Amino acid sequence: MSLSKQKMLEMYKTMLTIRKFEEKVAKLYASGKITGAVHLYTGEEAIATGVCANLKPDDYITSTHRGHGHLIAKGGKLDLMMAELFQKKTGYCKGKGGSMHICDMSLGIIGSNGIVGAGLVIANGAAQTCKVNGRSQVVVCFFGDGAANRGTFHEGINMASIWKLPVIFVCENNYYGISGCQKDMMNICDISNRSKSYGIPGITAEGNDVLAVYEAAKAALERARKGDGPTLLEFRTWRHRGHWEGDPDEWRKKEEHEMWLKKEPIANFSNFLIENKHASKQEILTIENEVAQELSIAIDFANKSPDVTPDQLYEDVYFVS
Amino acid sequence: MRQITYRDALREAIEFEMRRDPRVFLAGEDAGRMGGANFVTKPSFGQFGPERIKDTPISETAIVGLGVGSAVTGLRPVIEITFMDFMGVCMDEVANQAAKMRYMFGGKAKLPLVIRTVNGAGNRTAAQHSQSLEAWLTHIPGLKVVMPSTPANVKGLFISSLRDDNPVVFVENRMLYNMKGDCPEGEYIVPLGKAEVIKEGNDVTIISYSRMIHISSSAASLLEKDNISAEVIDLQTLIPLDKDTILNSVKKTGRVVIVHEAVKTSGFGAEIAAFIADEAFGFLKSPIKRVTAPDTPIPYAAKLEDEFIPDNNKIIEAVKSII
Repeated sequence: MSLSKQKMLEMYKTMLTIRKFEEKVAKLYASGKITGAVHLYTGEEAIATGVCANLKPDDYITSTHRGHGHLIAKGGKLDLMMAELFQKKTGYCKGKGGSMHICDMSLGIIGSNGIVGAGLVIANGAAQTCKVNGRSQVVVCFFGDGAANRGTFHEGINMASIWKLPVIFVCENNYYGISGCQKDMMNICDISNRSKSYGIPGITAEGNDVLAVYEAAKAALERARKGDGPTLLEFRTWRHRGHWEGDPDEWRKKEEHEMWLKKEPIANFSNFLIENKHASKQEILTIENEVAQELSIAIDFANKSPDVTPDQLYEDVYFVS
Repeated sequence: MRQITYRDALREAIEFEMRRDPRVFLAGEDAGRMGGANFVTKPSFGQFGPERIKDTPISETAIVGLGVGSAVTGLRPVIEITFMDFMGVCMDEVANQAAKMRYMFGGKAKLPLVIRTVNGAGNRTAAQHSQSLEAWLTHIPGLKVVMPSTPANVKGLFISSLRDDNPVVFVENRMLYNMKGDCPEGEYIVPLGKAEVIKEGNDVTIISYSRMIHISSSAASLLEKDNISAEVIDLQTLIPLDKDTILNSVKKTGRVVIVHEAVKTSGFGAEIAAFIADEAFGFLKSPIKRVTAPDTPIPYAAKLEDEFIPDNNKIIEAVKSII
């Protein structure tokens, strides 16, 4: 594999941006500045980053309730995201959506979604549009191990397989829904094995290795762009925090948690970059400073932004021409 | 004016829009070669082919999801849910996705989606293939709900629904497909959100929609013989509701009978009654009456199903009870 240094540093920066954003949100949530339902992507950064590093601006993604990582990896703007979480008028959804409903249609982000598994059928619609457009666009559908048990998984992947829609299905298997463990909720171990039911390729790979994610996604996306149809990718990972902000997270085993923390994607990637002389410690530090700066600007923007106004309650229920 | 069937009028509208706008496509179970469960677009398949009229697996969730995802990214899908009774299967895609994306996304998304479906008892297809569930849909902000009743308005309302940039549930009635009636040629548009006074009268306002408008009209004719002059309003669109037409009529007659074949409790008639009582109370000379199906599932036996569906007698009895 011959990824350029620039590409690898970009991926490092993306992962770090996601991590720092989420850490900041966690603090702001704990202090009461951010409220409602927030589900952080901390620990899973390599998946969104590695997959989206293969995408063009006019490719589409469907995201989940744990969507901040996907948004950032697809190019989402930190200031508009933070303003949305701060319930401000300048937020991505004008303060009307919140964490689980952030979308940026200009970047092909067809929304985070509060319904587990919803994206698995919506992605097909975007893929149909891509097919009609004829410009080799593709769609990435992100979903979790829990969603793999929803009917949308079956109906969506089946439909994509019969029509060879340009979509790939990316399962972020972090082993737990909320309290339910994957091994108790399905009779099989590798979710990617379900691909056989649809006659499509299925691959399980290490989700905390951003380069492995990148390569697996690259192959699947090339297949989709060529018109050969969908692939089911499963990436093994671990969320560092509870399911939702405020979750006591009593359900997962301490030993499992500690084992996965050692395999966390960002420190491991920076070590890899430095040890293999793809980057110097100084370059890494520079990136860290850039990320800190960008986050600071985003928070400043969110803080200074105007609050929502009452008339907004009634806006945008319908499109009025 | 030429007379064609409701089915043919609808097909005319669908084909007209498909020729006019290449972004329009159809998808549904048996939508392709068969032309849908009611054969509406059977002759269309040859003209448009399998890429524009897609046969889907039995997957209502994925079918509506296909509609949502393609509408929000620039196509204009017409999704077919062959029986309204199956709405439960895809209700998340209708209620939580299609209806809400525009609002949740701060106005950033536009979903020009038409979901065609079919209501209507009378075919002896029993409890799970005959329901009128429009009340479910009218309760979801973000959807428009259209219920055409004649060849003319099925054509005109379909064209309006297709050209609307919002998710529209277009509810055809299965007992009307073979009904013949006047239908203009060419591009004929009936705007959404406008009710039609199909018979003027002074003594009572009968409000109805879909197949029941015809039962209401025949009841109104019979009432004339008893010197009761009924004004009959065909809602055509439930959401958005044409409140002005309703209020103008109620202010004139002072008496209201609402007729629908959906069951009574929490039917759309309850909404109409509440809004009239709220905004025209001073004009009412009597309580608002609803003639509806009873609160039961739909039975198979013909004699029982015929008892289930509102008929002339029930409407006449309701009118006479408030005159």
